[in-house]
Amino acid sequence: MMNRRAFLKDGVAAFTISFAAPVFLSDLARAQGASSRNLVVLDLTGGNDGLSMLVPYTDSAYYSRRPTLAIPAGSVLQVGSDSSGKALGLHPKLTGLKDIFSQGRLALIQRVGYENSSRSHFFGTDIWSTANPSNSAGNGWVGRYLATLPPPLDPLVAWNTTGDTPHALLSSAVPVASIPSVSGYAFTSPNSGSEATLERAAATSIASHVPVDKPHVAFVSTSVQAAMATLDRVAAVGSYKPTVAYPTNGFGQALQAIAGAMAKGTGTKVFWVQTGGYDTHASQDTNTDTGAYVRLMGTLNDGLTAFYNDLKNQGLLNQSLLLSFSEFGRRISENGSRGTDHGSASVMMAMGGSVHGGLFGTAPSLSADPQNPTLENNTQDVKFENDFRSVYARVIDNWLGGDSVGVLGGNFRKSGLDFV
Amino acid sequence: MADGDRLLGHLLRRAGFGASSAELAAYSSLSYSQAVDRLVNYEQIPDTVDSNIGKPGFVGTTSRGAFSPNTVADDARQRWLFRMVHSDRPLQEKMTLFWHNYFATGLSKVTGQVKNPNGTRLMAAKALEDPARQRGQIELLRDGAVGSFRDLLVAVAQDPAMLIWLDGDTNTKAKPQENFGRELMELFTRGVGYYTEDDVYAAARVFTGWNLKPGDNNDSSSSYSFVYNANQHETSTKTFSFPIYSDGSRTIPSRAASAGMQDGIDLINALSMHPETARRLATKLYGFFVSETAPPDPNLINDLATTYLQNGTVIKPVLQRLFTSPQFQDPSIFFTRYAWPVEFVARSLKETGWSGFSVGTALTPLTSMGQELLEPPDVAGWSLGQTWFSTGAMLARMNFGSALAANQKFSLATAAAASRSSSRAVVDYVVGRLTVDLPNDVYNDLAAYAAAGVAWTGSDAQLQTKTPGLVHLVLGSAEYQFV
Repeated sequence: MMNRRAFLKDGVAAFTISFAAPVFLSDLARAQGASSRNLVVLDLTGGNDGLSMLVPYTDSAYYSRRPTLAIPAGSVLQVGSDSSGKALGLHPKLTGLKDIFSQGRLALIQRVGYENSSRSHFFGTDIWSTANPSNSAGNGWVGRYLATLPPPLDPLVAWNTTGDTPHALLSSAVPVASIPSVSGYAFTSPNSGSEATLERAAATSIASHVPVDKPHVAFVSTSVQAAMATLDRVAAVGSYKPTVAYPTNGFGQALQAIAGAMAKGTGTKVFWVQTGGYDTHASQDTNTDTGAYVRLMGTLNDGLTAFYNDLKNQGLLNQSLLLSFSEFGRRISENGSRGTDHGSASVMMAMGGSVHGGLFGTAPSLSADPQNPTLENNTQDVKFENDFRSVYARVIDNWLGGDSVGVLGGNFRKSGLDFV
Repeated sequence: MADGDRLLGHLLRRAGFGASSAELAAYSSLSYSQAVDRLVNYEQIPDTVDSNIGKPGFVGTTSRGAFSPNTVADDARQRWLFRMVHSDRPLQEKMTLFWHNYFATGLSKVTGQVKNPNGTRLMAAKALEDPARQRGQIELLRDGAVGSFRDLLVAVAQDPAMLIWLDGDTNTKAKPQENFGRELMELFTRGVGYYTEDDVYAAARVFTGWNLKPGDNNDSSSSYSFVYNANQHETSTKTFSFPIYSDGSRTIPSRAASAGMQDGIDLINALSMHPETARRLATKLYGFFVSETAPPDPNLINDLATTYLQNGTVIKPVLQRLFTSPQFQDPSIFFTRYAWPVEFVARSLKETGWSGFSVGTALTPLTSMGQELLEPPDVAGWSLGQTWFSTGAMLARMNFGSALAANQKFSLATAAAASRSSSRAVVDYVVGRLTVDLPNDVYNDLAAYAAAGVAWTGSDAQLQTKTPGLVHLVLGSAEYQFV
């Protein structure tokens, strides 16, 4: 059986062989240029309740099945109707995103998922990471895309703002840089001056020995190499002066670092950012200011709005695409803890200066009718309409300029998903 | 190093957190099987380590005001790190860490519900030191570290922190709550692929009424405990896709609400004795103690799983069997397991020295390395192995090594003084002090670094520069990140 850690084994063997010598890296980074397009992947961890983010506020079943969690129709931020005629509204906290939607730069893609959706956080995350529901081990979909770029690759070709490398970024081609804190991304020494310089040179040399007979050691060596090769360029991002005040929380600070990396021209193709707390089994509280889901939406809105405005002010908006996902949506009916349990299909967002905004896909009908084709699992969950790999395919083909068939291992292109 | 000493060092790194030179000397008088016995039968050794906190000769702690490990989270973390460095029962601490990852419960959710200091109390308080004799979850895991897994599951299912973490406190007849029932089967027993969604719904109903008797969140001496609320128990039958009873029956019968707590006991009893659970647990222990890079040896997994079942789910004989297996003693697996951040920190301290160093200094670096104790990222625990070693996390390890080496520079220089005749002798001293297998090209880099700069005189000042520099380079090397 597969488990969430099975992918580790694949990763070890692979990238020790093809990793580039770090000497050439900064030149390569410059050659890739600050003006190239980039993708920012946003992981809403825990399983986002799409029905509270994009509310079907005219569906009576939404109100009957969520007696405490439903958001009053008068409170939602109306965004019009989708192609099926269903009226929809954003969560009341998403005021900034509503503005971006009105500017035509936010796409909301409904009912995204896959057949037999996993209700396990870890299995589900692995599936979204590898884009392979039948074998969720192995390298990630972003990592496989990176491996199609001309070698050798700079570790800053991807920039992960979290501590651990996300499964989606595991690549056979490169150990991507993980930079949870720009200021903490430094080499310190017990000594100072020339002794510290000697030590840094020695550490770099030590890491350059990659033992071919010990892939586990080689893996760590390449990570040290990548760290040493990226120190100075990451430090330069620390001097970035944003044009707006970002929220001081981790999500806001991570987005500021990403904007800084774009502005400083690190050559990064894919950024990874996440914000958590979406596993709202209990006290989800979608309506009061201190409620769990209200705070989640506040964090999301404030961070993304600052990011959008900063990029706009910096003239970087057109080269950036942000894509959000979550490992699954949530159960339609609320549970006895005023929360929602694990469900299936949910909403993805795409945001950026080149996005064709609007509502994509159609909302589910929430009526608990056994014949209702938009639901599954005895009408408990939302059935997917758009395969998540079709969304990935659009991004790979039409934004990153890659070949989605090769990266995803099949043709998932779907007409109508022309959000970018 | 003699083969026996190499094997002993391996045992102490895997079954403990490495060894100081004094500990190594003490264990050296034992045969290998005696050393295993001493580690596994730790209840014969008094648990007095906490009484040494704050005493000279031990690693220090840092606190605002009085050191309060039962009520202040950072102090609780420091007490645990102190135990990892100094406990005479290293396997108990190692298994407590294993279970903390296995039953991964996050302090912040607990605190969000019961406020501070009660959140810390529910996670980490020692019952004897708590005004209400509240036992924190980590203490529960420590008490049951090598005992019956079935008993541990029942205790965890009724643990106040777990009842909050997986929402058992709101599992009621009207709206069964699935969170605990799902993770019980996915993460604690059978594993993904060995249960169905219908099993999850049935398990949720099984545990209806397994709730929390809350204390007063504004009173730091109030008591939180498990309560079975019969009036919240759903009494109909619950049918699973796997056997619940020894006759093969898959259905938990309908019971009067007053007797309904037995539903949960029946399910846990069944799950704990399933071969799937035995194999999953054996595989987890194999990955933790033997190897996470080599595929599990099916013979050993079968052997461990059989031992587990034959001993009524008691863990101690499984570990005894594991440590005495040829697979565990195979020199090819020495230094092949990716060290967890707390393992790296504790071993660095044991091998570098700790006099004048505070484990409080390690807390922020540990978070940067990806492991904040009491705050695993999610219910599946930390992502292990390779995922510890992102560039940022690796820099955090290197920088911790730098801070420790700088802190220890005088004692390191003093200890290296006998080797001051040449820079290479100092390299040999450092490489001998820190237990690590370094290939020749790394050794040559260390030698080049030691000889670089000012010509070698062996002065105190030079020793105080190069010795910590070398220690830092070794602690930050790829090779040192393995146990």
